[in-house]
Amino acid sequence: MATVIPRIDVGDNYKEKYGFFDPEKFVFKAKRGLNPEVVKEISWMKNEPEWMTAFRLKALKIWDKKEMPTWGADLSTIDFQNIYYYLKSTEKQGKTWDDVPADIKNTFDRLGVPQAERKFLAGVAAQYESEVVYHSLHKELESKGVIFTDTDSALRDYPDLFKQYFGTIIPPGDNKLAALNSAVWSGGSFIYVPKGVKVEIPLQAYFRINAENMGQFERTLIICDEDSFVHYIEGCTAPIYTTDSLHSAVVEIIVKRGARCRYTTVQNWSTNVYNLVTKRAVAYGDATMEWVDGNLGSQITMKYPSIYLMEPGAKGDVLSVAFAGKGQHQDAGGKAVHVAPNTSSNIVSKSISKNGGRTSYRGLVKVYPGAKNSKSFVRCDALLLDDESRSDTYPTTEVDEPQVRIGHEATVSKVSDEQLFYLQSRGITKAEAETMIVNGFIEPFTKELPIEYAVELNRLIQLEMIGSVG
Amino acid sequence: MNTESTGKLTETMADFEIKDLRVSVEGREILKGVSLSVNKGEVHAVMGPNGSGKSTLSHTLMGHPNYKVISGQVLFKGKDILTLQPEQRAKLGMFLALQYPVVVPGITMSNFLRTAINAKRGYDGKDKSKAINVKEFRALLKDEMSVLRMDDSFLSRYVNEGFSGGEKKRAEILQMAVLKPEIAILDETDSGLDIDSIKFVSDAVNRMRGPELGVLIITHYTRVLKFIKPDYVHVLVNGEFVRSGGPELADWLEAKGYSEWVKEPAKAPAALEAR
Repeated sequence: MATVIPRIDVGDNYKEKYGFFDPEKFVFKAKRGLNPEVVKEISWMKNEPEWMTAFRLKALKIWDKKEMPTWGADLSTIDFQNIYYYLKSTEKQGKTWDDVPADIKNTFDRLGVPQAERKFLAGVAAQYESEVVYHSLHKELESKGVIFTDTDSALRDYPDLFKQYFGTIIPPGDNKLAALNSAVWSGGSFIYVPKGVKVEIPLQAYFRINAENMGQFERTLIICDEDSFVHYIEGCTAPIYTTDSLHSAVVEIIVKRGARCRYTTVQNWSTNVYNLVTKRAVAYGDATMEWVDGNLGSQITMKYPSIYLMEPGAKGDVLSVAFAGKGQHQDAGGKAVHVAPNTSSNIVSKSISKNGGRTSYRGLVKVYPGAKNSKSFVRCDALLLDDESRSDTYPTTEVDEPQVRIGHEATVSKVSDEQLFYLQSRGITKAEAETMIVNGFIEPFTKELPIEYAVELNRLIQLEMIGSVG
Repeated sequence: MNTESTGKLTETMADFEIKDLRVSVEGREILKGVSLSVNKGEVHAVMGPNGSGKSTLSHTLMGHPNYKVISGQVLFKGKDILTLQPEQRAKLGMFLALQYPVVVPGITMSNFLRTAINAKRGYDGKDKSKAINVKEFRALLKDEMSVLRMDDSFLSRYVNEGFSGGEKKRAEILQMAVLKPEIAILDETDSGLDIDSIKFVSDAVNRMRGPELGVLIITHYTRVLKFIKPDYVHVLVNGEFVRSGGPELADWLEAKGYSEWVKEPAKAPAALEAR
């Protein structure tokens, strides 16, 4: 594709573009810290059925019992009792942009959310603090039976469908953070695509943390019925506060026979957000699941989108990019679990470390006995921009079936003097040249994004690269 | 080092002047006092055997960080360019066609060319009126690409990735054509080229010849000089110019090789060099 990425003004920086914060206004704010009272209060505020209240309380017990994971990034500095677990910023959800309260609307205007929708997106959901504040879906899709709503509304409006799948892919006992999310979850997207329906334009959600010490725990559930298709995109930002915020989402996806689901994330949290996310999909016969996962912001990210290939012909792709600048640790990767024969997975991870930033690839490929003729390929490429930065690879392969093809390749490279000289000799400054090289490095990722997102990602990289040149 | 005030020398100065340039690479002196004057409108060939310092000269002129200037000056537009960054030299009107053009994965030729053109125009991402628009860009490329026998698909390929030797060199000349330098250094542009490519590349260079362009062709072999006729020929051996003359010097070299200075037989150009 002969796309020319326009050069964009980068005189601004994250703080101006995303780092603004609105005065905190809310109709309800739960007490700081985590205990059964807070959990009950959240459930009560949301007017939930009893089974959900019980589910939350049970999850809280699991949270109390489980240990924090210590095998990855350093999470010891998170003070879970100093976090607000629930904040409701508006009384009701807007269906059209006009219904959204002005201050929240301003925020999303600055982030470009409604513009994006006007342009081409099929539906937009925007989550501010804990609650979804704006939501819209094109009439045409609605008439085909596509459901795209926030997860709280789905619990209320589609109780049977909801209960059938919720918590089945990632039960609260899966890990400590999944338990936390299960106890205090709020918002997130719920998507159901009926049999044979192909949603040709992406569905989009935008997540925004505004308040200080806020936790955001959205819960996303996507069900692609047989032979359907959907592409879901989410973007995330937060202002810069002096103390930390926590984002801990759970995303569950079911891709039924012959269906295809693509889930794209461009995460650009401010660098004091802990971003600890559990994402998992199950793919049935001849189904395809694709995770496209970009991690730029946050202080620490731990995220390993997983795919369980449950039936023959299932296919899974994980394509991820991580950028770690000063003080950041991006611990990301992917997991593919081959349960059935003739399944295939492909994991491509690209990481960039700069100014002492650290990236880790952590991945698992597991093949169960009998998953004959399964194929898996993992490729990790790391680009280091200076000597203080760091990149590690922790691949795990567990294969209990001899008749398989498994491949793994890893490269670590530096921006070469020759590349810089070449670009500079054409009039391009060193900083711009480095940016170009980085953008080129992640191009296999960028080209998978819708053009608006590709431009935005290149711009963010430009900010990271040029904004921090001292 | 020349410490004299340069203020009054301008009337006798050439457009591009290398004065007593000494350069070392990894602590070893490679250029041992090289002087050369190039005026716009002239084509100079710098010829020399392997290891004579030809590439050191071209890289130093463009500001590669691995080449350390010991002493000397390179004057262009009233400035000693040796203190400038490569991009500043480019913006001043210099261009280097590399012997081994570098692969930049993930960046399309089109993006690369456009970024370079915009950089030269002084577009810093702010004043959009300085940026080249799509129509202008296409028109600019169309002509030059047809001379170089390059089709449109080339623009969507990544910079030099998977390019044949001939494609790489044509791409270099295309960059020169769109950037319109005043001083162009062509470093072994004929190496690795088949005869057709040499012809296309030479045609493109000849089209650019004129009163606004001075060219420095750096080459081991005389072959390319049959297509791009030099006005002057200089022989570089062991870091020094040992002889200068008119185009007839190239013919003489073709017959005799560099044997007068080094033990190296004059041989026919290798049709396709490695890389």
